[in-house]
Amino acid sequence: MITNRLEKGGRIDRTQPLTFYFNGVRYEGYAGDTLASALIDNGVSIVGRSFKLHRPRGIVGSGAEEPNAILQIGTGSSTLPNQRATQVELYDGLNARTVKGWPNINFDIAEVNDVFSRLLGAGFYYKTFMRPRALWHYYERFIRRAAGMGESPVEPDPDFYEHRNAHCDVLVAGAGPAGLMAALAAARSGAEVIIADEQNEFGGQLLSSNEQIDERPATEWLREVVQQLAALDNVTVLPRSTVFGYFDQNFLTIAERCSDHLGEYQPGQIRQRQWRVRAKQVILAQGSFERPLAFCNNDRPGVMLASAVSSYLNRYAVLPGQRVVVFTNNDSAYQTAIDLQVAGATVAAIIDSRAKGAAALGAAAQDAGITIMRGHIVCDVVGRKCVRSVRVAKWGGDNSSTVDASISIDCSLLAMSGGWSPAVHLHSQAGGKNEWNDDLHCFVPGESRQACRSAGAGMGLWSLQECLRSGHDAGVDAAHKCGFESADQMVPNGRAIDTNKLEPLWRVPAVKGPDQCPKQFLDFQNDTSISDVRLAVREGFQNIEHVKRYTALGFGTDQGKLGNINGMAALAECLGESIPNVGTTTFRPAYTPVTFGVCAGEGVGDLYDPMRKTAIHEWHESIDAPFENVGQWLRPWYFPRDSEDIDAAVARECLAVRNSVGIMDASTLGKIDVQGADATTFLDRIYTHKVSKMNVGRCAYGIMLGEDGMVMDDGVMARLGENHFYLTTTTGGAAHVLSWLEKWLQTEWPELDVYLTSLTDQYSTVAVAGPNSRQVLKHAACNIDLERESIVFMSVKAAELAGVAVQLFRVSFSGELAFEVNVDSRYALHIWTVLMEAGAEFSITPYGTETMHVLRAEKGFVILGQDTDGSVSPVDLGMNWLLSRDKDFLGLRSLSRPDCQRDDRKQLVGLRSLDNESVLHEGAQLITDPDVAAPVPMCGHVTSAYHSACLGHPVAMGLVAGGRARTGETIFASASDDSVVPVEIVSPVFYDPKGERQNV
Amino acid sequence: MFLIKCPWCGERAETEFSYGGEAGINRPLDPCALGDAEWADYLFMRKNPKGAHKELWNHSQGCRRWFGVARDTLSYEIAFSYELQSGPEEA
Repeated sequence: MITNRLEKGGRIDRTQPLTFYFNGVRYEGYAGDTLASALIDNGVSIVGRSFKLHRPRGIVGSGAEEPNAILQIGTGSSTLPNQRATQVELYDGLNARTVKGWPNINFDIAEVNDVFSRLLGAGFYYKTFMRPRALWHYYERFIRRAAGMGESPVEPDPDFYEHRNAHCDVLVAGAGPAGLMAALAAARSGAEVIIADEQNEFGGQLLSSNEQIDERPATEWLREVVQQLAALDNVTVLPRSTVFGYFDQNFLTIAERCSDHLGEYQPGQIRQRQWRVRAKQVILAQGSFERPLAFCNNDRPGVMLASAVSSYLNRYAVLPGQRVVVFTNNDSAYQTAIDLQVAGATVAAIIDSRAKGAAALGAAAQDAGITIMRGHIVCDVVGRKCVRSVRVAKWGGDNSSTVDASISIDCSLLAMSGGWSPAVHLHSQAGGKNEWNDDLHCFVPGESRQACRSAGAGMGLWSLQECLRSGHDAGVDAAHKCGFESADQMVPNGRAIDTNKLEPLWRVPAVKGPDQCPKQFLDFQNDTSISDVRLAVREGFQNIEHVKRYTALGFGTDQGKLGNINGMAALAECLGESIPNVGTTTFRPAYTPVTFGVCAGEGVGDLYDPMRKTAIHEWHESIDAPFENVGQWLRPWYFPRDSEDIDAAVARECLAVRNSVGIMDASTLGKIDVQGADATTFLDRIYTHKVSKMNVGRCAYGIMLGEDGMVMDDGVMARLGENHFYLTTTTGGAAHVLSWLEKWLQTEWPELDVYLTSLTDQYSTVAVAGPNSRQVLKHAACNIDLERESIVFMSVKAAELAGVAVQLFRVSFSGELAFEVNVDSRYALHIWTVLMEAGAEFSITPYGTETMHVLRAEKGFVILGQDTDGSVSPVDLGMNWLLSRDKDFLGLRSLSRPDCQRDDRKQLVGLRSLDNESVLHEGAQLITDPDVAAPVPMCGHVTSAYHSACLGHPVAMGLVAGGRARTGETIFASASDDSVVPVEIVSPVFYDPKGERQNV
Repeated sequence: MFLIKCPWCGERAETEFSYGGEAGINRPLDPCALGDAEWADYLFMRKNPKGAHKELWNHSQGCRRWFGVARDTLSYEIAFSYELQSGPEEA
C-alpha cells in the first residue's frame, strides 16, 4: 500500500482513521484530511480528465482554485456534483468518483482529442458544428455528453436546508490572520460581529505554514484567538461558511455547510443553511490565490502550485512527490522548497526566472543546501501521466525569443509559483473597481462602493505582520464607523522579512514560438492555452469578455480563480496592451458554486407557495372532489359521482343547474369593503359605470380599466349604504385590485375620504343557482321575502339564514335565477350544510369551476384572463353599454386613441362548430382561408370552448379581427391533427339570449 | 437586495416592498381635453435615466403606504425616501 503520509506533523487526527472510496477503490485517510490530501496520501495522481482534450490531470491546488479534481461526491438522491476535492472534508465511507473519462480516467479513449488538439482550438465548436444547421441538434447530444462535469441527482433531495436572516455591525469574510485580527478588534470594541470562513478550521494560511507569532508557533496564537472569539457573546463564528454573494446595501449571503462533513445523508439535520446578512460594515479578508506559470505541458499530473505543496506538507502531513523542482518568479516558493527539505523530500533545484533570485528566503534555502538556479526557466515537462523530468533553460529575460532547453532535471513533482492575486471577488461584486498595482503585479481592490474595506493578502499585503496590522486596523475602523470606540489593544508580531520583487513571467519562453510549442495552459479546466488566446486575437477578438466566451477562459466551476490573470496577461501581450487596459472579466456571485438546496432553503414542496383553502374546503375534500389551482387557491373542479369522468360529471352538474338547482363555493372571489364620505366619487373614477346613480341596495356588474383603456378586472359591486360599497373582484385579481385602489388613493387623490378593507378571507360566498334556488332558500329558513318584487334581480339585502346573518345577493353568473349568500367565513360551512339539506328534495347538486365555466360560456359571460389578455378593451368585448358618457374614469381617454378605434381590432364573438360536435381547442388559431399556403395569416384565436349539455352542441368564444361585423361568416379553427374545423361567427350568447331565466 | 427606508416603518428589506415605476407623473386633470400625443406622453413615456431617479415604492408587505425613493439606477445607491405629499425637496 502506497502512503505519502509523513511520520508526524499536520493537523490531521491520526487516532481517527477513515475509509473512503474513489472510483470504487477503497482507501484510507484521517479525520482532518480533505479528499484531496487523502488521495495524495494514497498515491492517486490522476483525478480527472480535462474538458476538451481529455488529458490526464492531477491535483493542482489546495482550495477554491482547484480546476482538476472536480468530483461527484455521494450517491443517489444526496449526491453532490462538481465538488472540488480540495474543499471536501473526508468522512467515513465517503464515496467519490470522476465523471469524465471513458472507460476510466487512467485510460480514456477520448484522449485521442489531445493528438488532434491543433484542430480543436478556440471556437472549435462554433466553427465545426454549426453547419449544416439542421444537424446541430444531432451534434449537441454528443457534445453535451462529452462535456459533462457532474451529474445531478434524479430523485428528490431528502435533505433539509434553511435560510436565516441576520443583522450585524461588522461582517468579516475570511478567518485568516487578517480576518481574525479584524474580528477581534471589532468585537472588543463592542460591535456585533459575524466572522465566516469557508474552511472547517479558522486560520487560513496559518494552517498551512510554520509561521511564528510573538515568537511562538502561529498555531498557538490561532487557538487562543479562536477561543476568545467563541467566548464573546457579540461574535457569531461560522466555519464551513462561504460568503458567496455581496449585494446592494451591504447585503451578503453565506452558504454554511452544516452537516455535509458528517456523512452522505444525515436524517434530522440541516444540511446547508443560507445566511442572509445585512451588515453595517464589511471587512473582506479572503486572502489571495497563487498563480500558475504558463510553460509547456504545465498541466501534467505532478505540477502543483507551490503554496498547495506547502499546504499538503504542513497541514495534512502528506508529501505529493519525493523529488521536487521548484519553479518561481518570486520569493514565496522558496519557503515551499525549505518546507520540502525539512519534510525529507529532495529538492532537486529551485529554478528562479529572476537573475537576482530571492532575498532572505534565498539565503535560507542556500543554507539548507538547496541548489538555486537563478536566471533559469522551466520550459517543458516530460511525462504524460506523471512528471518524469523538466526541461530547463538559461534565460536572460527576453520574452520574445525562443530558448535552448538543454538542461534536464529528473523529478516527480514540480512546484510552481507565478506570484499572487488578491481574491477581489466580493469587493468586485459590491461594485468596487480593481486597480493594477505595478509593484506587486496584481489587481488590488480599489475604492469600495459600499461600506466595506479589504484587509490582508486580499489587498496585496503578503507578509504576516502586514496582514495582522491591516486586519486590526480594518476591525477598529469598521467598529468605529458603527459608533464604537476601539479598545486599546496590541497587534501581535508576525514575521516581516526582506523580499526581492516579483518579476512578471506571464508566458514562459519555449524551444519554439508560442503558437508552435506544446500547449501552455492558462485555464486547466477548460483546456484554454496561450495559443487559444492568440488564435482568438487573430480571429478578431480583442475584448476580454469576448475572448473569454470564445476560448472558455474562466468558465467552469473555478471561474478563472487559477488562470484568469495569466489569461489577461496573454491577451495583453498579444494585443500589445497593458494588463489593466485589457481589464478583468466581471466577477459575479456565487464566489464558489452553491447548491440549489441552499438557494431554495425551506421554500420547497408545500412551503414553496402559500396554499389558500376556503372555509368549506373540508366538505369538498370529504367527497373527494378533484381540486384546481386558481392562483394560490384550491377550488373544487367538479364533483364526480361513482365512476364518472369529468365530462359526465360536468354535464350532469350543468343540467342540474339549468333544470333544478346547483350550489357552488364562490368564496375565492376577491371582496373589498369601501367606505367613506368620498367613496362614491372615488368609485366613479375607478369603474366605467355611473356608481353615483346606483340606489342603496342595488348591485351592478362593473369593470375597471387600466389607464391604457384595457379591461383589468370585473365583478359585481353593491351599494350597501350611502357611503358604503362592497366590491367583488376576480379570484386572481383580488390583491392587485386592492393595491390598484390604494395606489390611486395615496398618490393622486389623497384628499378623498375613503377606506378600503379586504374581506376576501373574512367572508365566504355560496352561490345557489337554478330555477329552484328560491325554494331552497325558503327551506333554509330565510327570514326575508324572496319573491321577485321584493328582492329584484341585481340587488342585495341583509337577511338571516338558519339564524345566521348574511348578505343575500340576487345576482347570476349562470343565467339562471340565482342567489349568492355572503356570510362570515366562520359560519360558511354551516350555511353550506344547511343549504345542502334544504335543497335535498330538489336534488341540489354541488358544482365546481368547470361547470361554472360552461354555464357562463353558454351565456357569453367572459372570464378575464381567459377571454382577455390585457390587450382587450371594453369595446372589443361589446361592453359599450357599461361606459358612462358623462364622467371621467380611469382609461376613458385611451378608448379614443386611434389604436383603440381600429376596425380590425380583435373582438369577442361566439363560435359555432358547423359539424355540431367538434369542441374547439382553447387557444386554437382562427384563419379565414384554410387553403392558403403556410405561413397562414391568423385572424384570431379561440378563448373558451366547451360542450354544452343543455344545448346539445359545442359552444365557444374567440377574439376575431373585426369579428362582430363578420357575424354569419364561416372561418376555420385549427385542430390538433393538422385539420381545421369550420365555424360560424355568431353572437356569444348561446343560451337564453333575452336573459329571461335569471329574472323570474 | 435593497435596503429601503419606509418613511413610516424605517429600513426594511426589499422583499417587503413592491415597485411602482417613475415618481412624479401626475394624472392630467382633464384627460379628454388632451390630444393623443399628450395623453400618450402621460401614458407611455418614462425617463428611464442612467443615474439619479425618483421612483415610487409601496410597502406592500408592511404598512401598505406608497412613498418616493431617490435611487441611482447605475450604482443602486439609495439617497433618501420621502413622503409623496411633502415631495422630494423636503427630504
